[in-house]
Amino acid sequence: MLVDSVPEQRAERAPAPPTRRAVRSAGLLVAVAILAVVAVASIAVGAKELSVAQVWHGLFADSGTYADVVVDERLARTVLGLLVGAALGLSGAVLQALTRNPLADPGLLGINAGASAAVVTAITFLGVTSLTGYVWFAFLGAAAVGALVWFLGGSRGATPVRLALAGTAISAALYGYLQAVMIMDEAALARMRFWTVGSLSSATDGTIRQVLPFLVAGTVLALALARPLNAVEMGDDTAKALGANLNRTRALAMLAATVLCGAATAACGPIVFVGLMVPHIVRSFTGPDLRWIMPYAAVLSPVLLLGSDVIGRVVARPSEVQVGIITAIIGGPVFIFLVRRRRTAQL
Amino acid sequence: MRTAETTEKTPQAPTGTGRRRALRTPGGLSVRLDTRALVVVVLLLAAAFAASVVLIGTGDFPISFGDVVKTLFGEGNPGQELVVNELRLPRVLVGLLVGASLGLGGALFQAVSRNPLGSPDVLGLGQGATAGALVMIVLFSGTTTQVTVGALVGGLVTGAAIYLLAWKRGVHGYRLVLVGIGVSAVASAVNGYLITKADFVDAARAVVWMTGTLDGRDWKQVWPLLALVGVLVPLVLTHARGLRMTEMGDDVSHALGVRVERVRLVLMVSAVLLTAAATAAAGPVGFVALTAPQLARRLTRSPGPNLVASLCMGAALLVTADWASQRLFGDGQLPVGVVTGVLGGVYLLWLLVTERKAGRI
Repeated sequence: MLVDSVPEQRAERAPAPPTRRAVRSAGLLVAVAILAVVAVASIAVGAKELSVAQVWHGLFADSGTYADVVVDERLARTVLGLLVGAALGLSGAVLQALTRNPLADPGLLGINAGASAAVVTAITFLGVTSLTGYVWFAFLGAAAVGALVWFLGGSRGATPVRLALAGTAISAALYGYLQAVMIMDEAALARMRFWTVGSLSSATDGTIRQVLPFLVAGTVLALALARPLNAVEMGDDTAKALGANLNRTRALAMLAATVLCGAATAACGPIVFVGLMVPHIVRSFTGPDLRWIMPYAAVLSPVLLLGSDVIGRVVARPSEVQVGIITAIIGGPVFIFLVRRRRTAQL
Repeated sequence: MRTAETTEKTPQAPTGTGRRRALRTPGGLSVRLDTRALVVVVLLLAAAFAASVVLIGTGDFPISFGDVVKTLFGEGNPGQELVVNELRLPRVLVGLLVGASLGLGGALFQAVSRNPLGSPDVLGLGQGATAGALVMIVLFSGTTTQVTVGALVGGLVTGAAIYLLAWKRGVHGYRLVLVGIGVSAVASAVNGYLITKADFVDAARAVVWMTGTLDGRDWKQVWPLLALVGVLVPLVLTHARGLRMTEMGDDVSHALGVRVERVRLVLMVSAVLLTAAATAAAGPVGFVALTAPQLARRLTRSPGPNLVASLCMGAALLVTADWASQRLFGDGQLPVGVVTGVLGGVYLLWLLVTERKAGRI
């Protein structure tokens, strides 16, 4: 990543010419328009198809018809998808900048698995039942595993392979633990087998209200960190020479990533690869400036997540495939493509 | 990465050269003999045998150590013979063979990927075999044999997919690892989907299978596994020399006359077959393939791939873990995979810390 982005970084150091900024702003508007289309599709498509007019009626002139009830049901799901998608995309962008690692993703680094294991422990052994109760456990699990993977992956000297291996190995151990819990406790199996694949189907207004404060706080913090993280990406020496407070930035970035992944996982279960794919795609047309990558990622990640959710509802009609499964099936090949494209020196 | 690879490429100085001797024949053939490795292998075999005997003696109808040994050599009474030979011996043999296959397969994978964490469970082979088995369990409510075949096919397809996707003018360790991780994520998504599709009984069966268990294994599982191990182990051992060379890096081993890609292909195919067969027989028993080669290496204190020692270590570990799961939780309560998973997870953390200090991962 660092090697092929050098020329663009150099261009970036001079203030961007106004036309370029205009193009990027216009692009962002296009992205928002795409997101609106996908969001409407997410409300319209499902076991019962709705027309755009019906969606409009349900949203703005709710009169309690059957179609309006369907819109209400799917609206919660769509809003949660928007929030969680943005959270995953931003946390992926933050992690990639923080670890200076193009393959960082909350799922690959085991952070989702940490949150899942903590949530399952809280539900099964500590009797925590409400989302507001176990979201704190999700933060704890995400933070603990995030720090552990970072430490084990070699901290400053971390390479993508080391980090990915440390994350995968810890995920494997944690998923083994989850399986053991599900074998011993049949009630846990009945509940968990749907949650552990990552799904938006349990979304209600209550879920949204409970995770909203955390997701908003995390999003604001992440966007505020775009500028300092730009300095981190240039390497320790350059960043210090530029007067950046590296340790504070790193700590805040870790906090932002933890809150975003933890809250997203508590609400929907572990969803992989969204945080990996979207920042990559975005970087290919914005260049390495995080001040552009982050807003784009926040808008386009929900497009991916909601799009996957719609696909999941279409392919297995009248039932559905959970969104976490669709993102993994799309994301796995993209990940392998990225791995194959890079030269050894860049990894 | 670059620094890590250079340290890996440097052949480690053989420790304790005094204990290594070369056996020479008058014809000019010579074999290096590592006394310490030999002693470790003998001790591990003894440990595996002792654990097997104890495991055979454990259960609702306990049999003493001496009686088990007597019965195994054909001098027990008819009742004991029935329990030992028909009921418990096949289970223990499956355990030994599965452990040995996983230990050897893990050692091969770690040597080819040049990474102590590059074991089949991390690289998605276990997940791929599980996907094959779950298709049989969930979609067809298949018999045990069908599930076994499904797992075997799933493992082989996954292995082939990882190898082909990682191929780009040769297979490099890092690409193998990362492609494996990607394939593993896709396979576990498929598994998660199949589990949510299943009705509750099938889901419970699937989860037990996914953890790895030796319950209810009989002679039908022993013979195919034994045949496969009997063919593959000699094949692998004859290529071990080339493997040892490749640890010095591709260029050096080319210069020394090793056909690197051929050696790697033969060994990878063998490792995939061993792992897939073991997974088909017992489910993806976690972390045996990861820990056995590492423990073996620490015992022999030898830098090479330690294939024989890893094989014996895998067998001893799995049988001991099965005994522990029966003793600690009662018969049939918790599958052996839970024990290896928990112990393996703890060991993994320790391994990550120490290997990181040594800069090997």
